Amino acid sequence: MAGDPGMTPILKVTDLKMHFPVKEGIFLRANKFNKAVDGISFEIQPGETLGLVGESGCGKSTLGRCIARLYEPTSGSIEFEGTDITKLKGKALMPYRQNIQMIFQDPMESLNSRHTVGDIIEEPFIVQNIGDKASRTKRVRELLDIVGLPARSITRYPFEFSGGQRQRIGIARSIALNPRLVVCDEPVSALDVSIQSQILNLLVDLQKEFNLAYLFIAHDLAVVKHISDRIAIMYLGNIVEESTGESIYHEPRHPYTKSLISAIPVPDPHKKVNREVITGDVPSPINPPSGCRFHPRCPRVMEKCKVEIPQLRTVADHEVSCHLEDM
Amino acid sequence: MAILSVNNLVTEFDTDEGRVRAVDDVSFTAQAGKTLGIVGESGCGKSVTALSIMRLLPQPMGKIVSGSVELDGTDLTRLPIPQMEKIRGARIGMVFQEPMTALNPVHTIGRQLTEVLLIHKNITADAAIREGVQILDRVGIPSPDVRMTEYPHQLSGGMRQRIVIAMALACKPDFLIADEPTTALDVTIQAQILELIKELQADMGMSVILITHDLGVIAETCDEVVVMYAGKVAEKGSVFDIFDRPAHPYTRGLLKSIPTLNTIPKSTLSVIDGMVPGLLDLPEGCRFENRCHFSIDQCISKPPVLQTVKEQHQVSCLRWQEIQA
Repeated sequence: MAGDPGMTPILKVTDLKMHFPVKEGIFLRANKFNKAVDGISFEIQPGETLGLVGESGCGKSTLGRCIARLYEPTSGSIEFEGTDITKLKGKALMPYRQNIQMIFQDPMESLNSRHTVGDIIEEPFIVQNIGDKASRTKRVRELLDIVGLPARSITRYPFEFSGGQRQRIGIARSIALNPRLVVCDEPVSALDVSIQSQILNLLVDLQKEFNLAYLFIAHDLAVVKHISDRIAIMYLGNIVEESTGESIYHEPRHPYTKSLISAIPVPDPHKKVNREVITGDVPSPINPPSGCRFHPRCPRVMEKCKVEIPQLRTVADHEVSCHLEDM
Repeated sequence: MAILSVNNLVTEFDTDEGRVRAVDDVSFTAQAGKTLGIVGESGCGKSVTALSIMRLLPQPMGKIVSGSVELDGTDLTRLPIPQMEKIRGARIGMVFQEPMTALNPVHTIGRQLTEVLLIHKNITADAAIREGVQILDRVGIPSPDVRMTEYPHQLSGGMRQRIVIAMALACKPDFLIADEPTTALDVTIQAQILELIKELQADMGMSVILITHDLGVIAETCDEVVVMYAGKVAEKGSVFDIFDRPAHPYTRGLLKSIPTLNTIPKSTLSVIDGMVPGLLDLPEGCRFENRCHFSIDQCISKPPVLQTVKEQHQVSCLRWQEIQA
């Protein structure tokens, strides 16, 4: 896919699948599978942000958790700087845990309420057995400073902080070990508008300073466009379109991308948009539609779409999976 | 024509830490057939304002201390509860944010929907079911007769929100209060629901109060806007006044801080520094003072009063003239 051919991608994902068994009946046998991620491929270059957009239930968070190896994928491969980490376990995975970190959506649930902020940020060093107590405390202070929290926060507890500050604590923890890649799963969705921009600015600054690569997962398209170099649009476990941020927004090709973009409310009362509202809901990933998964909601559906699964192909500078000739 | 006016409303809560004034001297009027938006961040008092209008404040902690809510000349804050119950659902409908918690999980959709009709209208159970099916059809629910027998968990989030809207509109109220009706929904579903509210409004000539934190939703759906901050009205005016000529530094800050599809990627977004003051230790003067770049000594010593920028456009800031210039 897109990206500089000369560079080694920091992350290369090939045909990744994550199927969760759905247990039913008195014997709890898994006859059905929730195909949350169903054959996804992409690359991320060092220092780059790939935005991942989709509606709830499209599998974007599952994908993020596979990359951070919180899940073990069903099949496919995840290569980090050329090494396949898909099936690594326990100790063998430890070095990659340093390099791939995660920021979660809910800064209250992802911080242990019984630990002080100092303990929370210090924990990655203890787990990885890095430094002694004095050097770790020094580093925690540095990290607090980097994310814009006062040094006295070190002895406080998460509940003493506001949502935006808690997210700063989560960010400090995620960058503690100097990772190369950070999976950001809806990092600003739970925050108020005026706080959201503070956190976005922080993430952009950290990326510049430490050459971080981000997989930035969100449903707010304006936020994703702001922070991303390239954007992938997901629908029911598949990537349906991928391109640069500007190109996705100004020349969307896939009918789903088009309707998604036209659905964003614009904060300008003079622009009364004439939108193509797509009908219906996202179908269940347990029993996805045949052929193209978007066909039951697609305004331009053809007979072919109902039977044949479209493959990703290159149209101008986009990768699109759609049967339409004139997108 | 004003249909509902909120005058100097003050609502307080008794908490373990003391008495909290969640809504402090809030006034606005909603015009017939129009949409009024209330926008603000969490804790600014926008939902409490809605609950005060409906007299649905959590009891016994919440209390309307002073002020009035007038619907066609009747002060709702002084109505005895039985009379208020006749107004709720019949004259004012309400849509809540989280459609899963707003619906009762152990009752069928049909039972919950017909309940509204049976309470407010003198009709038989059969007639209520027939009417219920019609309403579900009107809000765009496929195979409405089947849905009547189903439970909330069998429906998607968007469908549930349509059911909640159907319940709110069952008795064709003059007024709909929608508290973050689309916040829990995806953008494509949000577009469907906002479109539905607009259509129904045009159909039934209903007035809407829409509460949201999303400025995009406000810009697209509202005629009038009230911007709230820490329990007070910071600014109010027409949607064009608020977006084109915001006079309060908070409104300006909010509008500048949201990334739009046209902002340069990875550019530094303008921010409103600091945080909203806690309701338990509010400053004496202007509540936005600690985050404001225009702050002067007077802002610290004395709370600002609402000043008129032009007809229908009011702002609670001492220095609005310099800010707007």
